[in-house]
Amino acid sequence: MRDQRRGPLASVGLHTALVIASAVAVFPPLWLVVTSFKPKSEAFSTDVVKDPTLRNYQHVLGDTEFLTWFGNSLFIVVITTLLGVFVAATTGYAVSRFRFPGMRPLMWLLLITQMFPVAILIVPLYNIMSTLGWLNQPISLIVTYLTVAVPFCAWMMKGFFDTIPVEIDESGRVDGLNPFGTFWRLVVPLAKPGLAVTAFYTFITAWAEVAYASAFMTGEENLTLAAGLQTFVNQYTSDWGSMTAAAVMIAIPAALVFSWAQRHLVAGLTAGATKS
Amino acid sequence: MAVDTSPAMDPAAGAKGARGRGSRVRKAGTPPPSRIRNALTRHWYAWAMVAPVVLVIGLIIGYPLVRGVYLSLTDANEANVERTIGINHIPATYQTVGLDNFQAILKDQVFWDRLSWTVTWTVSCVALTFAIGLGLAVLLNRRFAGRTLYRSLLILPWAVPAFVSVFAWRLLYNEKNGILNKVLHGGGIDAVPWLNDPTMAKVSVIAVNIWLGVPFMLVALLGGLQSIPGELYEAAEMDGASPWQRFRHITLPGLRSVSSTVILLSTIWTFNMFPVIFLLTRGGPGDSTEILVTYAYRLSFVNSPRDFAGASAWGVLILLVLMLFAVVYRRSLRKQGEVW
Repeated sequence: MRDQRRGPLASVGLHTALVIASAVAVFPPLWLVVTSFKPKSEAFSTDVVKDPTLRNYQHVLGDTEFLTWFGNSLFIVVITTLLGVFVAATTGYAVSRFRFPGMRPLMWLLLITQMFPVAILIVPLYNIMSTLGWLNQPISLIVTYLTVAVPFCAWMMKGFFDTIPVEIDESGRVDGLNPFGTFWRLVVPLAKPGLAVTAFYTFITAWAEVAYASAFMTGEENLTLAAGLQTFVNQYTSDWGSMTAAAVMIAIPAALVFSWAQRHLVAGLTAGATKS
Repeated sequence: MAVDTSPAMDPAAGAKGARGRGSRVRKAGTPPPSRIRNALTRHWYAWAMVAPVVLVIGLIIGYPLVRGVYLSLTDANEANVERTIGINHIPATYQTVGLDNFQAILKDQVFWDRLSWTVTWTVSCVALTFAIGLGLAVLLNRRFAGRTLYRSLLILPWAVPAFVSVFAWRLLYNEKNGILNKVLHGGGIDAVPWLNDPTMAKVSVIAVNIWLGVPFMLVALLGGLQSIPGELYEAAEMDGASPWQRFRHITLPGLRSVSSTVILLSTIWTFNMFPVIFLLTRGGPGDSTEILVTYAYRLSFVNSPRDFAGASAWGVLILLVLMLFAVVYRRSLRKQGEVW
């Protein structure tokens, strides 16, 4: 960080630029919140507060499938996160600590799979799910989200395990723990921040996924939040009041979790991607 | 109990351990293990740990990938794939057609139009996002009152799930009643068809994607800036370097490793950015904002009849373009002496 003296003119310039940038950053979500409190007929009025009302929230919670979608999303995301983190952690640890035949190809595989676009996997996955009869079942999305999250998370976990001193493992061995015991009892507790961030990454990836969710889930009661939100505003209806209220209720938990995890997230993203 | 595979950091200790185990095994009276058995006892643990990932990748990425490539060589569509209607099971009747799909796509102007728009979209999004992110990071990389507040406001777009933000933008862009046009109207300017005019729609989707992408750039680059030692700047200042020279010769080189990573990541993400386009314009008006990924999606899930073979062929082409990019990018970094 640099500490230098600025003239008053430079100070004004600095703050002006930052205020403008912050306003641009904050305005769209803020406007969403404001709109959600407006009566339905006034959704597009420019008044900030005129007859604020909770009707939109009541409508979304009481008369739509919103809570079902919320439950679907939560279920899918939690299972994906648990499985994804466990699988990614063991791999990250193995790649970080051991040199074994097949390690190099595995590292390449993890890197390359991050590049796979939705476009190439979605059709075969759709066909497979339809053959298995898994369309409209949460399991289809859980399995699919693992393909998205696991390679990246394994890569990130490797970065975290690299920062834990090897002496810890050695002391475990000296004390007669087998490698799995060392991993489970000594290394995993130390890697908790890393695990939390990986879990968080999986969580937001799955929480905000649109393409697979829109393609695999069709019945209204099977939708996830990302797909369900589209039903409020599409070519047939435009219920902006309900849409904004639902959007706010989706965004607030995500934003809270995010504000807690974002510092570690960037370290993980860049470290995982640069070290090899 | 097998001990473990060779520890990464200390090959000597690993070798010692192996020798110790070997002698123990022989003392117990078993014949010297074969090479495979030896490898198995040495590495079973590491292999067991990576097995779940290999399984996951193999089953749910490898198999679909192979199948996707196979489908791209057939004429599969909604009407001839294997399916079950009620109790009737209808077997697949599609056939291999060789490279016909690819030939048809590459001859068709649509592919080249979509490719050139995708490249325009990716380059302008990444370049502008990087420039704005770098600018803001440089502004924030100093001590002043309100720094933490600005920082948390600026990364807010990242905290909100992307699909929610996209709907917020649709609210702002609404042609008849959106706040952007109301403000312009107040200033005496005619309503702008943000999402309904091919050119404006392109500008609008790029703007939204930049808005979504800046926070990640900002935070990553800010981290990079903070790792540049302050003494370098002091020394340069003493030697009479202008602010621009300091930026050009200290800041930019100091950011090289972090920026090569974020540019690569953000290029891949933007190239495949499905939700922004799909939710904001559905590729419209017409197909003017359709990027390769959303177009392939449209072929298999929006158009009727669903063209699975065509979509798979598009997918294969997208993958080839990305791999080409990664190879070229890596080579250019190598030339500059990066080890990535």
